[in-house]
Amino acid sequence: MELIFEKSVPGRHGTILPRSDVPRAADLPVDLLRAESAGLPELSELEVVRHFSNLSRRNFSVDTNFYPLGSCTMKYNVKAAEEAVRPFAAAHPLLPFLPSGESFVQGSLAVIHRLSQLLAEITGMAAFSCQPLAGAHGEMTGIMMIAAWHRSQGQQRRFVVVPDSSHGTNPATAAMVGYEVLTVPTTPSGDMDLDVFRQTMNNEVAAVMMTCPNTLGLFNPQVAEICAIAHQFGALVYCDGANLNAILGKVRPGDIGFDVMHVNLHKTFGTPHGGGGPGSGPVGVSEKLRPFLPSPTVVRRVDGSYSLEETNTESIGRLANFYGNFGVLVRALAYITMLGRDGLVEVSEQAVLNANYVMSRLKGWYDLPFDKTCMHECVFSASRQLKQGVHALDIAKYLIDRGFHPPTVYFPLIVKEAIMIEPTETESKETLDAFIAVMIEAAELAETNPEALFQAPRTMPVSRLDETKAAREINVCCSG
Amino acid sequence: MNRSGYCPQTPAQIREMLAVIGVSSIAELFAVIPSELRARSFELPEGMSEFEMLAGLERLAGLDRRDIVPFIGGGSYDHLIPAVVDHLAGRAEFATSYTPYQPECSQGTLQALYEYQTVICRLTGMETTNASLYDGGTALAEAALMALRITGRKKILMDAAVNPFSRQIVHSYLANLEVEIVEITTGEGLTDRQEFLAALDDETAAIVLQNPSFFGGVDDFSDLAAAARGRGALTVVSVYPISLGLLKTPGEMGADLAVGDGQSLGNPLSFGGPSFGFLAVRKEHIRNLPGRIVGETVDTSGRRGFVLTLQAREQHIRRQKATSNICSNQSLCALRGLIFLSTLGREGIAELARLNYDKAQYAKAILGNIRGVSLLSGGPTFNEFTLTLPKEAASVCERLLAAGIAAGMPLGRWYPGLESCMVVTVTEKRSRAEIETLATRLEEVLWS
Repeated sequence: MELIFEKSVPGRHGTILPRSDVPRAADLPVDLLRAESAGLPELSELEVVRHFSNLSRRNFSVDTNFYPLGSCTMKYNVKAAEEAVRPFAAAHPLLPFLPSGESFVQGSLAVIHRLSQLLAEITGMAAFSCQPLAGAHGEMTGIMMIAAWHRSQGQQRRFVVVPDSSHGTNPATAAMVGYEVLTVPTTPSGDMDLDVFRQTMNNEVAAVMMTCPNTLGLFNPQVAEICAIAHQFGALVYCDGANLNAILGKVRPGDIGFDVMHVNLHKTFGTPHGGGGPGSGPVGVSEKLRPFLPSPTVVRRVDGSYSLEETNTESIGRLANFYGNFGVLVRALAYITMLGRDGLVEVSEQAVLNANYVMSRLKGWYDLPFDKTCMHECVFSASRQLKQGVHALDIAKYLIDRGFHPPTVYFPLIVKEAIMIEPTETESKETLDAFIAVMIEAAELAETNPEALFQAPRTMPVSRLDETKAAREINVCCSG
Repeated sequence: MNRSGYCPQTPAQIREMLAVIGVSSIAELFAVIPSELRARSFELPEGMSEFEMLAGLERLAGLDRRDIVPFIGGGSYDHLIPAVVDHLAGRAEFATSYTPYQPECSQGTLQALYEYQTVICRLTGMETTNASLYDGGTALAEAALMALRITGRKKILMDAAVNPFSRQIVHSYLANLEVEIVEITTGEGLTDRQEFLAALDDETAAIVLQNPSFFGGVDDFSDLAAAARGRGALTVVSVYPISLGLLKTPGEMGADLAVGDGQSLGNPLSFGGPSFGFLAVRKEHIRNLPGRIVGETVDTSGRRGFVLTLQAREQHIRRQKATSNICSNQSLCALRGLIFLSTLGREGIAELARLNYDKAQYAKAILGNIRGVSLLSGGPTFNEFTLTLPKEAASVCERLLAAGIAAGMPLGRWYPGLESCMVVTVTEKRSRAEIETLATRLEEVLWS
């Protein structure tokens, strides 16, 4: 499809701006002006509409296709939540910084406060900040609070411990906050190796970062013991909440010894993923870390009104322009409000049921490195298919031709040829069965006609793309 | 069961699925969780229908005053948004997809992000950029981190005329690294050349500037960028994208890194988010960029297509050696920015910038004429300017706010000594009548 720049015709306008109702001012000095106008495309409104409407049709999405992208929780995004944001669209974020300005944004502040309270009850943490703008941003906020807490204890520690199954964001976050990373291997049962962990721990470890349940989709029954060991060494324990969907109403990380955690509103709480964002990564802390929360915090006064507090001297400070991805917070509040207590319990139960169903149906066809009850996702390996030269990637591409967005492939890194399937709770058995049938078909083709897999996808606007060329002959912006 | 309506399995299907799995109940699937680890509480309200939920949130939104006329900006601007932006970016194929890891079924998002990268480069006069960061403040922090990586140096010189929130974010981001941040004080909101040049040395990784400044002043940093280059330091310029319809670009000034917040490009105020940040750089720095980058390539038949590229910079491949921990970005907001800019087009963006400039100049003239009111600086401005009042600005603003006007942002909170100053923002949405009402009310508050 043509680029929008290739459809541009000089002199065309997509919108008419209001006529000016003030006199034209004297021009700025020419050395302050750009030499020539920015080369934006020039199209009529209809041409803009057609361009983006047609582009959108070149996407798979949750609303059009089953999207079992493991670790991303691509559940259905309820439409009412989209409506819920509209009345909040005009609230200016700087109003509360005007004297008495807080009284003009009590509704918006109430949204943040109410959501924080609900997240605290859901996770068992003492307090939340909704400021972090994505999961990784929440991780960074959390590790910064841990660093600040150690400093308040008169300590400067060097290391952050992560299991080798962790999301890449965990070690990357630790490095961004100035820590060195120690990695603990995974046992054949899929849990962090407790013996190696014990040997790894020392008094220089600031934090242990764990995903619960882990990225293999497994719940580690020793997780409380891991927290206790970390605490014995004076380290704090961080919970990556990316997989909270599996344990809603079943386990609260705050109850079992985690000191800090983030939640991904765009995963667990059903807000749209937007082709890569915006997400939202509120971060929760135990009582002792409350003073270190980012600034400002939303506080409920005794008279029931809400205010912004910037006064805490121990706070790690500001980590985003304003109060978080507010529009995402509203959607998450809408979602939690609609589902309520029983609805959220149903979410985890059905998510786990669907994942175990897919796992049971496919384990005769694909290698299952950790053959036990999974939580919300299951991780297969295409190592059996590899014997015929078929990679996880080939299976993924075949699924595209059959109308399914592929599962996550090649993550976790510790599973060879990983295929990570997260069906989520919102998919019907009929959809799961159709997906399972195509996965079985792919496994059969790997034996009988692998060539058919190598050539997939054939039904998309493009076939497989040359990634090496993209990286060698870098073109990330259209010239001209 | 099926209370929420979003879990479709019928009781019969659930029984069937449990039988396939070989367990007798859903509870059995959770048996791996020891009882002592079970949730001690889960006291949440009962669920409700979408209609009740919407009514409840509408009531909450009613607690916000929606009739305030905003003459405030400070990083969040009240601009017009053409209807097509909501309609197109609201398409579920864009909104309910995720990071385009599988390019063949994500060409819509990928091509849009490539086009987005292009318009950001063209607007800023820079050569390359990524597929968005979280917001303008975090983009500035990422730019500072990037400059530290590229130069291997440990010092940042940052103009105090940079947005105070952005500066706070830079301080928070760098707090745990052994880095020195020197803030260059500002007199009358102007960038102090002498102080910058005095502080600039061979340890300096970057100088950090903003145009227009937080005070509204418009500058040309070409001289400082050249001086920085002479000492092996990089120049980071934070910009307000709407102003680039008119103003000299960071690229033209010789900046190495340009950052900004994309809220003004088709994203509603929405109490400060979601928005997006951009970070555009010279070509030689592309491998140091954080976050996702979309690149052009060809498919097996030679057809043009787009993929995520240079992924070896990123956390999912490189882990602790990645250029940043960022994973999710603000794609959908960046898409809004692209649609907004495509709708305006080459002439439209210049016209929009001009409208902002003309309205602000008009406001500056009539407000500056009020008895006792003066301009903090006589220098050029775009759509914001700083007034000095004969009274404390905070109390004046409080009285005007009670009259339904957010007249400006008092500066005393961030700039001790400037308690009588406020920054006034005038976008194209402010009518002549609103501007004149502000002038009348301000005069009343000051003198009656």
